[in-house]
Amino acid sequence: MSGDPILEVDNLAMRFGGIVAVNGLSFAARHGEITALIGPNGAGKTTVFNCITGFYKPTGGTIRLSHRDGKSYQLQRLNDFRISKIAKVARTFQNIRLFPGMTALENLMVAQHNALMRASGLTFLGLIGAPSWRSAEASAIELARIWLKRIGLLERADDAAGNLPYGDQRRLEIARAMCTTPALLCLDEPAAGLNARESAGLSELLMSIRAEGNTSILLIEHDMSVVMEISDHVVVLDYGVKIADGTPQHVRDDARVIAAYLGVEDDEVAAVEQELGL
Amino acid sequence: MAPLTPAPAAAATAAAAKKRGLDVAFIFKKSLISALVALVLFSLMIGVRTEAGPTGQLIYWTRFGDLAAMVGAVFAGSIVVELLRWWWGPVGTVHSVGPKVQGALSFAGRVLPPLMLGFTFLMPVIFYDQRYILDLGILVLTYVMLGWGLNVVVGLAGLLDLGYVAFYAVGAYSYALLATNFGLSFWVCLPLAGILAAFWGVLLGFPVLRLRGDYLAIVTLAFGEIIRLVIINWQSLTGGPNGISGIPRPTMFGIPLTPAEDGLAARLGIEFSPTHRIVFLFYLILALALLTNWVTIRLRRLPIGRAWEALREDEVACRALGINTTTTKLTAFATGAMFGGFAGAFFATRQGFISPESFTFQESALVLAIVVLGGMGSQLGVALAAVAMIGGFELFRGLDQYRMLVFGLAMVLLMIWRPRGLIGHRAPTVFLEQSRAISSDLVKEGR
Repeated sequence: MSGDPILEVDNLAMRFGGIVAVNGLSFAARHGEITALIGPNGAGKTTVFNCITGFYKPTGGTIRLSHRDGKSYQLQRLNDFRISKIAKVARTFQNIRLFPGMTALENLMVAQHNALMRASGLTFLGLIGAPSWRSAEASAIELARIWLKRIGLLERADDAAGNLPYGDQRRLEIARAMCTTPALLCLDEPAAGLNARESAGLSELLMSIRAEGNTSILLIEHDMSVVMEISDHVVVLDYGVKIADGTPQHVRDDARVIAAYLGVEDDEVAAVEQELGL
Repeated sequence: MAPLTPAPAAAATAAAAKKRGLDVAFIFKKSLISALVALVLFSLMIGVRTEAGPTGQLIYWTRFGDLAAMVGAVFAGSIVVELLRWWWGPVGTVHSVGPKVQGALSFAGRVLPPLMLGFTFLMPVIFYDQRYILDLGILVLTYVMLGWGLNVVVGLAGLLDLGYVAFYAVGAYSYALLATNFGLSFWVCLPLAGILAAFWGVLLGFPVLRLRGDYLAIVTLAFGEIIRLVIINWQSLTGGPNGISGIPRPTMFGIPLTPAEDGLAARLGIEFSPTHRIVFLFYLILALALLTNWVTIRLRRLPIGRAWEALREDEVACRALGINTTTTKLTAFATGAMFGGFAGAFFATRQGFISPESFTFQESALVLAIVVLGGMGSQLGVALAAVAMIGGFELFRGLDQYRMLVFGLAMVLLMIWRPRGLIGHRAPTVFLEQSRAISSDLVKEGR
């Protein structure tokens, strides 16, 4: 199942004034896989995400996205909404960004904007209620219904998104991103704030998306149980630099990863203390 | 104990209010503070009176009696307000709309619009002889149409536009200039006026794409003033402050509404009456307003309308979903402006004379007030608010100089009672099982 790379990040750099958030980062994510991007707080994970999804313009480096049909896009050259519209990269946010005053169903309908816009003949066909528009709308509602069912929110389809419980909002945001029919789904800490049962449900959802094979997943996550369980490939960042890259098993045993997460070994600490005369 | 802390649930209000004790010390303290503030404020405003003497020197005298009376009134009034609050009980916040309110809302939503529409259709029949009422009806309908047009920009797309009158002016001047200079008929000029206004809407939209909130409001306000100043100063084209007169009256698809031989009355073989034209204008603006309403309702259910509302809710999320926020904002400005342009063309043909005085900032503020008062995004709310605002303005005419005072007070009270407008609920554009109104607490406001 590990095919050609869908995403190739090459020598990516992002500086904010004098602060170097990401420096010379290179990694690849393959088609049909779940790639996890992990690292301690402030390692630059979300910055990488924002570069990939066009919210930041990288200071240097290239981000190349290749579809299965051979088309490829230089993401650093596309601006914000085109990355989602043309290159088919969808994302969720660390702090949930649903449309709180719209219903769950409406949220999923907004996600299908570009397809529906074409079907409505840039609004004009829709305004006169052309049959082609009606059928397109019906199939859009059907797609939304399928997703609501998959995330277990079919009963709450007509409730305002802002009224849903936190865990439901997280899943709805993923469903909304999936309704854009993405080639690459970028999830920024999807398990944050979820209880054990909810994160197990999330893992299941992500595995089922991978099983369908149309969407590859790139995720940032702090919950190691989720990362180790579902990812095929893990990239570890620390201070904007890649320190490890490989299978979950490989990464788990890497001394530098352990050092980054847990600090350095005890005897090294003792050596430093001795040097300082403590 | 604090009798004024809001209870978490609103359900138990009435019962709880009766049980809560009357905290005399608290009320007394609060009233004393109010009286103290009043004393500080009024000691100079009322307590000391100054005047220039006959030789230019300063004369002053004290009015401690009046001051004491004012402070006493504030103290007593404050106690009365606190007692009323205690009597009413705490005000809780409800996040979801209760089933009872849902039922009442959907009932009102189903019954009220047909009733209002039916009444409006029959108005020229009922009040055929009362020209004043028909003129007032035309005025109200004009503002209903302007409110519905601005509602697209402010209520749906959430872009606070303080210069809407500019598009009204563009529409009016487009018709006036095209009709007086080239002799084009109203029915040719109407779409042209809409197109020109939409063009200016896009032109305004471009520089303000990156602005939101207060900044957007200021720039749109300035845009409204720019249009007005250009009209005043471009004398050779617009006639400057003198305006344009002799604007042709509308014809009923080519048949003039005059006592002439080829006029409508002569053709139908009935006696000519100037009311014919008023009735025709009434139905014309009604049709235009209903067109605005119909298009807006349709657009809300189309992807573009949902994108407008999504833009109001969260612009960043819109971009992440591949929505082109630039064109979405520009279409909102253009659509709103187009309806403003239609209304402007109608205004010009009704008045027969236009001047820059009709397009001051006050008009923008009035239309925005109608949209805000109606409940942003609600078509029914805007219609009700236009009736209340324009009708109320006429109702209080007998109060002369106190009219503005009473009117302002009524608006303040209304906004305390319904801070999110008359219809403070959002109706979903699409539903699977049942359309449930969304509480306004969740819906973002125009910024």
